[in-house]
Amino acid sequence: MDVVLLSRLQFALTTAFHIIFPTLTIGLAIYLVVVELLWLKTRLEIYYRMYRFWVKIFAIHFAVGVVTGITLEFQFGTNFARFSQAVANIMAPLLAYEAMTAFFLEAGFLGIMLFGWKRVPPVIHFLSTCLVAFGASLSAFWIMAANAWMQTPAGYELVDGQFMVTSFKDAIFNPSFSSHLIHMLMASYVTAAFAVAGISAYFLLKKQHVFFYRKSMAIALIMAALFAPLQIFVGDWKGLVVAEHQPAKLAAMEAHWETNRDQGAALILFAIPDMKNEKNHFEISIDNMLSWLITRSSHGEVKGLLEFTKDERPNVPITFFSFRIMAGIGFIFVFVMLWAGVLWLRKKIYDTPLFLKALVAVQPLGFIATISGWITTEVGRQPWVVYGLMRTEDGVSPIAAGNVIWSLSMFMIFFGIIGASYMYYTLRMLRRGPDLESPIPPIQRMAGVRPLQSENGI
Amino acid sequence: MDLVHLWIFLVGLVIILYVVLDGFSLGIGLLFPFAENEEERDVMMASIAPVWDANQTWIVFGGGALFASFPKIYTILFSALYIPLFTFLFGLIFRGVAFEFRANTQDKAKWNGAFFGGCLVATIGQGLTLGAYISGIRTDEGGFAGGAFDWLSPFSVMVAVALVAGYMLLGATYLLIKTTGNVRDRAFRQAFYAVLAVAFFMIVVSIWTPYKDPAIWARWFSEPRVYWVWTFPLLGIISFILILDHLKKRQELSPFILSILLFLSAYLGLQAAIYPYAILPDVTIYEAAAQRETLIFILWGVAFILPVVLAYTIYSYWVFKGKVTAEESYH
Repeated sequence: MDVVLLSRLQFALTTAFHIIFPTLTIGLAIYLVVVELLWLKTRLEIYYRMYRFWVKIFAIHFAVGVVTGITLEFQFGTNFARFSQAVANIMAPLLAYEAMTAFFLEAGFLGIMLFGWKRVPPVIHFLSTCLVAFGASLSAFWIMAANAWMQTPAGYELVDGQFMVTSFKDAIFNPSFSSHLIHMLMASYVTAAFAVAGISAYFLLKKQHVFFYRKSMAIALIMAALFAPLQIFVGDWKGLVVAEHQPAKLAAMEAHWETNRDQGAALILFAIPDMKNEKNHFEISIDNMLSWLITRSSHGEVKGLLEFTKDERPNVPITFFSFRIMAGIGFIFVFVMLWAGVLWLRKKIYDTPLFLKALVAVQPLGFIATISGWITTEVGRQPWVVYGLMRTEDGVSPIAAGNVIWSLSMFMIFFGIIGASYMYYTLRMLRRGPDLESPIPPIQRMAGVRPLQSENGI
Repeated sequence: MDLVHLWIFLVGLVIILYVVLDGFSLGIGLLFPFAENEEERDVMMASIAPVWDANQTWIVFGGGALFASFPKIYTILFSALYIPLFTFLFGLIFRGVAFEFRANTQDKAKWNGAFFGGCLVATIGQGLTLGAYISGIRTDEGGFAGGAFDWLSPFSVMVAVALVAGYMLLGATYLLIKTTGNVRDRAFRQAFYAVLAVAFFMIVVSIWTPYKDPAIWARWFSEPRVYWVWTFPLLGIISFILILDHLKKRQELSPFILSILLFLSAYLGLQAAIYPYAILPDVTIYEAAAQRETLIFILWGVAFILPVVLAYTIYSYWVFKGKVTAEESYH
């Protein structure tokens, strides 16, 4: 195996493992802001208890997210030195700004958020939670700007193979940036909402801490109800941007081989794409649907893969299936929320075991959708590392393959250990349930706090 | 001062901030096996639990800032030092998760080991990186042109051992500020032995470095550097003597600050040996620097955002000021 493939595998493994954690924390931070705001406003002790419980889940994800994230920043230099050298003037400042504006903010106030209960007044604590949440979403701003630039480079001129910046504004706000960023933020919010809802539903089914988990689930479902449907529209918008700027990627996502002329392009629901023979097997499709989606007309032209030479096409099956998994999960989420809406109108949302079971079942899907989406966008960008301008194989470091075999093996072993331990401790934390006993630190005891009532059935 | 010099200063500042801040966090991990019981380990953990992540963030910013301001240092160094850098990262991974995992397990011994091991491996990785960086890197046409194990030499191994002693000194002197009783008393002894080891290694490095590379000797004693370069060893010697004295007088705060000065003296001496090169023996800071527009763009951030970062970092230390107890090791 060569350095290119090994380095790509390693980056894929490390990003895929890493993204699980920030996806949850970006969304869960917003959830915690809401819970703490409710605590300050209503002074119901239940919200304090909810915060203390869910912040533990937040902290463990944050820790794993941070340590796995550092490895990504280093890999640009260790494994993709030629790429890094070429794009440094434009991309590196975005990473520097991410650390400066977002990571410091998160890390600085996380200490107060976790350990400051006995030391700062409620308002300062709430402010810290807000700043951590803001920092989390802000880090997405910078990293999505960097990634979007690789998809749709702008604000540069090429001088002897070196990208020189002409406008940072154009480079950051490149054509795919807004849809890219909002799509990722929505993914985080939806994933976190369904994670909390799924966990809560599980304990509601077991009839443990019913009052606690009802409250927890209610806020999560409101979050999901807002963002799950919105994500469909954002996804549609993103599809249009991809179609306009990365037609080869769109064609691979849809396994669309031949450009349709004077007839509608069909939307393929299922197929086995065959790159060698440039066609699909076992195709199930809806006539004209792809044209509708991309051009908003029944016969609109959508560029097919055959327009691109073989060495300029991404891997079609991977792009096609990962996209279908992601989009499918998006629709499952909307369906679950429609169901939730119906149950809510009938006031039966907590008392429908089948619905609660469904929430438990869909709980991990947000993570799978996020990873699938990243596979779609990254594999779909190939063979380019900077779309249309620099090929991935020209971007790697001048190092021996043995280096990467070593580090990749270490990553697999260590991520195995970390992943298993993380799962074990998270599940253990959940099984133990919320701590409803420990006294509230004196500095947090505001006037008019209404303590937990035994009749609440906790 | 031109933009390139301003940036080499700023990158240097960020790196030394990282070395000091994460140095004491890692150092406390290095001292973990000397704790006598779980409660003592809890206390040691508690002394850094609210701040370690912010400390570690300096290397994330350092990496980004180096990449942005001197991309050639970043790309050449990171390719050349592939194995030491990943060693460092693997250490950081275990160090970081240990805070959360250790608090949630029955079997604390396992994550005590991971915490110590992570800190040790991370420190050794950093030391090898530093040693190899001083030793120079083979380059060709602006890229790395050496082998996978070029970084490994008796000198780089010695620097790694020296850094272990250095971080132990920072860790022990930080514990003096944050702890009481047994942990603090032991930290006094640990700081004493560590500072002796550090002084020994600093002398060895100071002799070995110019012996290895006579060009370094020439740079130290070139005009105008020769007029002020002697202040760095002087600063080192004064700090060393004062640390010994203040440890003897059982001062709790000053040994930590003096240890930082000791680090600073070594760091400035090394910088004076390398300047005006970014990567020895061939790449100068001007060749390594990024496009002017890029340097200016990040300078805005450093000018306006970094002071705010420093302000809330100080605020956070102020919130958690004073001695810690075992129960503060987990939230």
